[in-house]
Amino acid sequence: MEVQGSLNLVGYGLSAIGGGIGVGLVFAAYINGVARQPEAQRVLQPIAFLGLALTEALAILGLVFAFVIGA
Amino acid sequence: MIALALPAATTEEGFVAPTIEDTHYRDILPWGDAYGVWFDPGFGKQMLMVILSVVLIAAFFLVASRRHQLVPGKVQFLGESAYGFVRNSIGKDIIGGRDFMRYVPWLFTAFFFVLVNNIFGAIPFLQLPSFSHPGSAYAIAAIFYLLWVGIGVQKHGLRYFKLAVVPSGVPWYILPIVVPIEIISNFIVRPVTHSLRLFATMLAGHLIVTLAGSAIEYMVMTGNILLQGTSVLVLLGAIAMYMLEVLIMILQAYVFTLLAAIYIEGALHADAH
Repeated sequence: MEVQGSLNLVGYGLSAIGGGIGVGLVFAAYINGVARQPEAQRVLQPIAFLGLALTEALAILGLVFAFVIGA
Repeated sequence: MIALALPAATTEEGFVAPTIEDTHYRDILPWGDAYGVWFDPGFGKQMLMVILSVVLIAAFFLVASRRHQLVPGKVQFLGESAYGFVRNSIGKDIIGGRDFMRYVPWLFTAFFFVLVNNIFGAIPFLQLPSFSHPGSAYAIAAIFYLLWVGIGVQKHGLRYFKLAVVPSGVPWYILPIVVPIEIISNFIVRPVTHSLRLFATMLAGHLIVTLAGSAIEYMVMTGNILLQGTSVLVLLGAIAMYMLEVLIMILQAYVFTLLAAIYIEGALHADAH
């Protein structure tokens, strides 16, 4: 069986592991914090989403490079 | 326009997966070709749906805010709670202070514009999120980029760029490393990821649904009874993915607006952190 396609997408899949672990850690910490101190949710929420934005940036850049750099 | 005609070319060799080009219809009103315009705007399905979303949102909120009553009716209640959600849980909680009301119209517009355009991806016959084309995502993120840079300059003058780039309390010998990182992260990566996050999630969700649809079409058309039976499993999986996509569409509208609010807040209080 012949498989066709771009290896870039395999590379992107590998690079997304890092982003996935990072986003998981950010939200684990956020859930932990809110569970221990529910009134801190308003303080923690923007920090958690900013952390999500910074972490996910790597995965998004990976997707872009997977398309931009030629097959 | 009609999503029923699936674009996947099912050839003799086997299943050919749909590509990104298959998701963009450019020929609804080919203005550029007809008039010989040099830049060929290529009026596509996404553009039509962006206009449709503006009409829909304006019509809904005009109806909802017409004839105010002390005891709101159903439509007025829906409109008011939608407005209250953006104002309180995004505007007041993130930006806070006395002057957050100035920026609520921006956030409100962004939230419902992105939400309705994403939900288009879940409506049969439309079935395409407008932000699955990067052009529209770049445009809306660029608007917010200019907005928060403008707010920072208006609030702090040109000192804003120093405040945004040089973090306080860092020893001077680390600054040569920290300052370039901050410049790249605040002024380049931030707007790019703000737009591409929306684009990438919408495109991925749309491609999954398209892939499942064309796979079902291929399996049913093969004439092999086993493959035809297996296509039921693909259909069930596609429905599950579709539900997940609806969740992601709503979540991404929220995340986009929340990040816009966080960036505005960062520009407003650049001297505080």
